[in-house]
Amino acid sequence: MAAAHRQHKRRRLSPSPAPFDSLADELLFLVLDRVAAADPRALKSFALASRACHAAESRHRRILRPLRADLLPAALTRYPSVSRLDLSLCARVPDAALAAVPSSGSSPLRAVNLSRSSGFGAAGVAALARACPGLADLDLSNGVHLGDAAAAEVARMRKLQRLSLSRCKQVTDMGLGCVAVGCTDLRDLSLKWCIGITDLGLNLLALKCNKLTTLDLSYTMITKESLLSIIKLPNLQVLILVGCIGIDDDALASLEKEYSKSLQVLDMSHCQNVTDVGVSSIVKSIPNLLELNLSYCCPVTPSMVRSLHKISKLQTLKLEGCKFMADGLKAIGSSCVSIRELSLSKSAGVTDTELSFAVSKLKNLLKLDITCCRNITDVSVVSITRSCTSLISLRMESCSHVSSGALQLIGKHCSQLEELDLTDSDLDDEGLKALTGCTNLSSLKIGICLSISDEGLTHIGKSCPKLRDIDLYRCGGISDDGVIQIAKGCPMLESINLSYCTEVTDRSLMSLSKCTNLNTLEVRGCPRVSSAGLSEIAMGCRLLSKLDIKKCFEINDVGMLYLSQFSHGLRQINLSYCSVTDIGLLSLSSICGLQNMTIVHLAGITPNGLIAALMVCGGLTKVKLHEAFKSMMPPHMLKNVETRGCRFQWINKPFKVEVEPCDVWKQQSQDVLVR
Amino acid sequence: MDRSQNHIHGQSAANFCYQFGSDNPLLGMGIQQQFAPFTSPFGASSSTNIPHMDWNPATMLDNLTFIEDKIRQVKDVIRTMVDNGGQLPCRQGDLTQQQQVVNADLTCLIVQLISTAGSLLPSLKNSSFLSQPPAGHMDTVNHVGSSSSFIPNATTISEENKEDMCSPEDYEELFKGFTDGAMEGGIEIDNVFVEEQDAKDGDEGGDASMDGENLPPGSYELLQLEKDEILAPHTHFCSICGKGFKRDANLRMHMRGHGDEYKSPAALAKPPRDASVEHELVKRYSCPFVGCKRNKLHKNFQPLKTILCVKNHYKRSHCEKSYTCSRCHTKKFSVMADLKTHEKHCGRDKWLCSCGTSFSRKDKLFAHVALFQGHTPALPADETKNSSDQISRVGSHQEPAKFPSSMGSSFMWGTSSSDDRGLDVKGLAGCSEDILSTGNFGSFNFSFGPADGFTGEPSGSSFSVLPPEHFQSAQKKGKN
Repeated sequence: MAAAHRQHKRRRLSPSPAPFDSLADELLFLVLDRVAAADPRALKSFALASRACHAAESRHRRILRPLRADLLPAALTRYPSVSRLDLSLCARVPDAALAAVPSSGSSPLRAVNLSRSSGFGAAGVAALARACPGLADLDLSNGVHLGDAAAAEVARMRKLQRLSLSRCKQVTDMGLGCVAVGCTDLRDLSLKWCIGITDLGLNLLALKCNKLTTLDLSYTMITKESLLSIIKLPNLQVLILVGCIGIDDDALASLEKEYSKSLQVLDMSHCQNVTDVGVSSIVKSIPNLLELNLSYCCPVTPSMVRSLHKISKLQTLKLEGCKFMADGLKAIGSSCVSIRELSLSKSAGVTDTELSFAVSKLKNLLKLDITCCRNITDVSVVSITRSCTSLISLRMESCSHVSSGALQLIGKHCSQLEELDLTDSDLDDEGLKALTGCTNLSSLKIGICLSISDEGLTHIGKSCPKLRDIDLYRCGGISDDGVIQIAKGCPMLESINLSYCTEVTDRSLMSLSKCTNLNTLEVRGCPRVSSAGLSEIAMGCRLLSKLDIKKCFEINDVGMLYLSQFSHGLRQINLSYCSVTDIGLLSLSSICGLQNMTIVHLAGITPNGLIAALMVCGGLTKVKLHEAFKSMMPPHMLKNVETRGCRFQWINKPFKVEVEPCDVWKQQSQDVLVR
Repeated sequence: MDRSQNHIHGQSAANFCYQFGSDNPLLGMGIQQQFAPFTSPFGASSSTNIPHMDWNPATMLDNLTFIEDKIRQVKDVIRTMVDNGGQLPCRQGDLTQQQQVVNADLTCLIVQLISTAGSLLPSLKNSSFLSQPPAGHMDTVNHVGSSSSFIPNATTISEENKEDMCSPEDYEELFKGFTDGAMEGGIEIDNVFVEEQDAKDGDEGGDASMDGENLPPGSYELLQLEKDEILAPHTHFCSICGKGFKRDANLRMHMRGHGDEYKSPAALAKPPRDASVEHELVKRYSCPFVGCKRNKLHKNFQPLKTILCVKNHYKRSHCEKSYTCSRCHTKKFSVMADLKTHEKHCGRDKWLCSCGTSFSRKDKLFAHVALFQGHTPALPADETKNSSDQISRVGSHQEPAKFPSSMGSSFMWGTSSSDDRGLDVKGLAGCSEDILSTGNFGSFNFSFGPADGFTGEPSGSSFSVLPPEHFQSAQKKGKN
């Protein structure tokens, strides 16, 4: 890649006026794609190489994620082929910015994301509709101030296929009616939390937009009046009805006359008014379901589960937070033989005998979630590992009655595992050693496992090269050597959590800096980590976007200087209790993309420094500050920052430096549970 | 509205009063002889005990015989008049006298017929009838129009007296007659009904009451007015041919063309509307628009009940909608009353469609949008509403919309000495205080001369002729 880079540079020096004439755009773009994947800033330097490079880079870019909305017109002129415009880094997008989008007749813009932005209204949406009549994907989520007028403007985008109006709480039936009539091509619509919408609008939607395949009606006021017409949509495949209190057995019973062939995914979690009677109605009218989510709905009775056997193709069954009646879980084993994914997370009434019976029948199970099923013991784990050998995901956080011996069976038998969550268990090094067979492991969460040590991590580092995410939260037994083994053995690592691993020092960070894909680093409460280690991370991990260095007392302004110099992708940082002063904070604020800062209990920060940093950092959306600062900073300054789209959260926690040892902490959390 | 409604009640009441008030014992009919005259309305309370006329076949036979004889007498008199007509004109005085005799006899006949037919109805009478000379009585009957101006300085009877006079069943019966009279009462009455019905629920106002009746063809006289006549701004219509006039006087002149009987001074004055009793054949109307269901050539022809129905129907169905709402500037009407009705509600239609149609209910809008391709809900330009004052206005509008039959069953019969007579029909509707105090008493308080109201003047003249002290006394009573 570097060679290609150099080659371009050489071509620039050649007398040929059009150095890329010989190279087809397709090939050139492939090269540029690879360059960009390695280092996002490489394209910038490439563009600066020559006029031709600049032009090529301009033509190449498809996705634009500007940091400042006011530069939008210039950016769109510079990149004429951009098809996706992601404004999620612009907390405030005024109407004027949207109005400045050049309105060429054939704008290639197909997707606009305004889900994280505020400050625009119906006028802005209208301008967007005028500029990009061919827009196919529009995300207006979280537009809590957008009302029917904005929805009416959305309706002008006739070719819209995907639209999200989540949390647009002021949109009513009138707005939805406009959208339904205007955007008849819609395939994917989210109306989550649109509490102003009633059956009238939904009925009209069902009538006009019959190409819909995905519809999210979570937390809306839908009742039986419109459920029928929604279900009758001929192409509907995914229907999300989370938290729809208007959906009850009566509404579902009205479905029985109808029959949906297309619907494959139905999410009815948190629909409090649905009982087993309603479930039996669903089974009759939607026989082609692949995925059914009844989490937090109703007690699981054997009869209800038995009715599920009519859904012959059911692959995914989620029963999180449900109360299992006697034999309910057993019935899953006998009735739902086709399922691949079963979630029983936080369910009550999951016992060893029933779970063992169920999993013994579900040989094809790929994913199993038994998080917080606290009553299960080794018996269950033995049957799981015996029958479900093809598991790729097993989540059993807080199954604290399972012994370390049983946990070894997981690694021995389930070699296909890609995702394993054993947080808060008795896992020990032997268990980790057993995981050496799981070469596909991508995500390993073994936080609060006090028995593991560097030896176990060494096994993981040696045998799991595909590991992307490892959680070692409060693993008090590990130290730098283990982390170094992970860093060496897992080059694809993207996220690591070392919080409260008090033995970890800068050596760990130095080794982790070789993991170039690392984007999330949490070293909270590691007092031996210093700016030296952080500077290595900043230089090595250019993709770093989330950083938690709370209570890393050794980290000071130097670390911040390095971050501001190298970590241009940083989005979120927690600096509490660090030794950073105004200087570090100011240098940090030069990172334009920074959105989220937590700055509590920093001795070196003054109100003036803080306000200066806040004023400089234009992209902030959320800042946590100590409450004491509230009165110390000029209110109009705060207001100014707030109008740019930043929210302040004032923290009033006592200053507490010392950190409990991991075992004490674990004991405390256990005590809470017993109580 | 209030006033015109008052007007109907007035008419009906007057109608009723005319029929029964003139149930005059001077003709020497047996049944009426039983009635003890009450000399003073107040003093008579205990002594006047009006019996129900029990239906007695023997009495009936007597009555009919009497009528027969009477007709023969009248015929004789008229024959002599005809005979004399060929000769030299006799003295004016003689002629007048003869006419008076004939009129008196005819009146007597009518009265007798009615009282015989309605033998179950109570006969209510004024003492003044007894003491009245025949000529005076005849005057009352024939010069009904002029008598309307003589409105009682009435001495009203207290409520106990009324109770004594008429039992509730009687009043029900009375009201049946009363309302029937109103239904047949003709144009003005229907006019009011049309307005009441909001003018929009049916194609034409008279339908609602008519569709149920199902008259067999031929059982009624069918008239068809021409387009020009329908569209002429007439308010007075000939009861025989249906021709309309702007002024009652013109109608009266027109009536002369229908025969000599309309040439008498009495007829020319103002024809009593209970003439419909004489016309046994009910009139129905046909729309001149060929192909219309209301046209007599239509297979499923349904006749129109009144001329006003014809007018409204024709305008609504076959005319351009020339009245535009001044508020929304979109809705158009061909009948002024419809526009007025709409304007009362206009502005509350806040559910708009892109096509300009507005709806008072959201579900109606959505049904409309669902039905028509390309139509989309439209957002109102501004949400400024003045609904509160509209609501209050509508409320006050609806309050008096009560039909006569639902009104209170108490009557007050006021009589005067000599030739002045009137009756004070007062539907007390339970209490008069709140009604009176809100100034709405017009709809509930009637006081009319016997024959007023057939002139079709919509101004509520009967109301205006009431002496002020009348209301004052009524108000006082309400407060008590």
